Amino acid sequence: MITLNHYLSVSALLFSIGLMGVLTRRNVLMVLLGIELMFNAANLSFVAYSRAWGDAGGQVVVFFVIIVAAAEVTVGLAIAVQLMRQFRTLQTDEIKLLKW
Amino acid sequence: MTIPVLAWTILLAPLAAAAVVLLFGLHRRALSAGAAILGLLTSFACTVTLFLRSQHGGPLHLPLEASIEWIALPGLRIPFGILLDPLSILMTLVVTGVGSAIFIYSTGYMAEERAYSRFFGLLSLFAFSMLTIVLATNWVQLFIGWELVGFCSYLLIGHWYERPSAADAGKKAFMVNRVADFGFMLGILSLWAVSSPIAADRTFHFQTLASRLPEHVAAGVIPAHVLPWIGLLLFCGVAGKSAQFPLHVWLPDAMEGPTPVSALIHAATMVAAGVYLLARNFWLFEAMPSTLTVIMWVGVATAFLAACLAMAETDLKRILAYSTLSQLGYMVMALGLGGAAAGMYHLTTHAFFKALLFLGAGSVIHGTHEQDIRKLGGLAKTMPVTTATFLVGSLALAGVPGLAGFFSKDEILVLAKEHNAAVYILGTVVAGMTAFYTSRLFITAFLSKPHGHGSHAHESPLVMTGPLVCLALLAVAGGYLGIPHYLGEPHGAFHWDVALLSIGVVAAGGALAWLIYWKQAVSAQAIVAALALPSTFIQHRYYIDAFYSWYVTEVQQKVLAGLCDWFEQRIIIGLIVNGIARATALLGSLVRRLQTGLVQAYVLLFLVGVIWVLAAFVEPGW
Repeated sequence: MITLNHYLSVSALLFSIGLMGVLTRRNVLMVLLGIELMFNAANLSFVAYSRAWGDAGGQVVVFFVIIVAAAEVTVGLAIAVQLMRQFRTLQTDEIKLLKW
Repeated sequence: MTIPVLAWTILLAPLAAAAVVLLFGLHRRALSAGAAILGLLTSFACTVTLFLRSQHGGPLHLPLEASIEWIALPGLRIPFGILLDPLSILMTLVVTGVGSAIFIYSTGYMAEERAYSRFFGLLSLFAFSMLTIVLATNWVQLFIGWELVGFCSYLLIGHWYERPSAADAGKKAFMVNRVADFGFMLGILSLWAVSSPIAADRTFHFQTLASRLPEHVAAGVIPAHVLPWIGLLLFCGVAGKSAQFPLHVWLPDAMEGPTPVSALIHAATMVAAGVYLLARNFWLFEAMPSTLTVIMWVGVATAFLAACLAMAETDLKRILAYSTLSQLGYMVMALGLGGAAAGMYHLTTHAFFKALLFLGAGSVIHGTHEQDIRKLGGLAKTMPVTTATFLVGSLALAGVPGLAGFFSKDEILVLAKEHNAAVYILGTVVAGMTAFYTSRLFITAFLSKPHGHGSHAHESPLVMTGPLVCLALLAVAGGYLGIPHYLGEPHGAFHWDVALLSIGVVAAGGALAWLIYWKQAVSAQAIVAALALPSTFIQHRYYIDAFYSWYVTEVQQKVLAGLCDWFEQRIIIGLIVNGIARATALLGSLVRRLQTGLVQAYVLLFLVGVIWVLAAFVEPGW
């Protein structure tokens, strides 16, 4: 049987993969993709609980998350464009003003 | 005027005068002199009134106290007030009476002085401080006055502070007194500590201590071996203020100050404060025979050694300074022998004739601008009043019968004969030496042929000669005023043997001086050459100043101050202050490494925090 826990495990795995992406990828766009993955992991977790407890509220939250994710992607890509213009690179380890 | 009002006026009038001068009068000469003289004369008038009222049948019954509660904490009660009894009234009469004469004299002596007003302001402040000591009801008030007079003395000795020697002399006086006052303060605090086994009951009050301590000692509450140490510590203060050996070194140097200062502070009043303290608390010292013996020997030593130094001096004021030291030695010796009344008697007569001598010296200096007696001479014709009054003072100092000094000195010698033969012999020898150096001074400076400025000197104005005459009258009449009787000494029989011996010694001293300095029959140089070793010793002032200099530069500054300096530089500054700074910088450089500028590092830290918070939900203790 596919139980709730299976869904939650997948969600956790997805979240971890997204987190690893955020922490370790050097390209700014790859970091944004990692963030997207974390959003989707959270969505999956919400839907799984909603189905398990028969509460539609979880699915409503998913809608909110998708919209917020869309807005966030917009802003994030705008920032990425500005970073490109400012630092002429999309490598995170080169985007800093501190000297040491 | 009620009696308490009179009493407080005595103390506060000079203070008010000082305030007026120092606040309003610094460029108004007449106001300053007027305020100062008026202040002290007011005190004198009030004292005379109180004295008259305290006589038989009067409304004032002594002893009387009028005080205010100055500090009233649980366990510490210090009043500030006025204690009137025959001793304090006598001393106050001396301070205010002789002081008034000196104030009036100063208007003439300091007439061409730039810092005239400041001088009078400080003189008034000194008068207030001295009266604080004399009228004190308790040890703390006395100590406050003690330090204040030392401070005023410092300022007045260094009146001409642009002169390095005067500034140094002021510092020396203050520092020597400070050393003495350290022991003094320890003595006062020890006395307070043993004044009662109950902490809340301890007191500084003279009369309470006087009534309480004998019972405590008899009952064994105070260990008997503690008291002599307290007495010695208290005597430290006396030794400093009254310039006893070996803390006498500041007094000769104090002659750098103006002559009225030397007369008032360093002859008549401040240096007598130590003797007054011993007399005031004599009940305490009487109970400690060992301390009294120490006091007696210190007094004798001072009297003898200072007289030797006076015989070799050539500066007019310094001879008088060493003479003062010698006479102070007599007073302290008298107290060591158990004669408080005799000591105070000599203090009073000494105030009269020594102030007279100093003011006379000031008159000479004012007229001739010369202080070396070898360069004076022939003043008898040009300055007759000064010469006559100086003669009276000299005779009184030497102890010529009939004048005040004879009676008071003889009282002391009688005491010495009854207690200790060696002290009696030394005392008599010192009387002879006193007669010698006094005659030497008078002959060389006044009678001999003019050697320098003596011939074109001029007599001083009336404001200066008037006080001289007044003090001369007191120097003559002082022996007949009945002072020992007033202080409670029963009238003893006249000791003819002591009197005759002292007259003989005085005559011998005078005759020797006459032979050497008038007749020139014996040469002073020959005597000095014959006694080569003692003479060198005397000329270097027994090397005491040299010893103190050596001690201060070699031991105190190099060793003690050097040690403290090393401690401060290496440990306090290097280790603690700089150490804290370095530790902070080190910590900062470590924390700095958290700020990498890489966003992903910050995300990692964020993650760590989130995990920690989540864990706290699971396990609230984390």
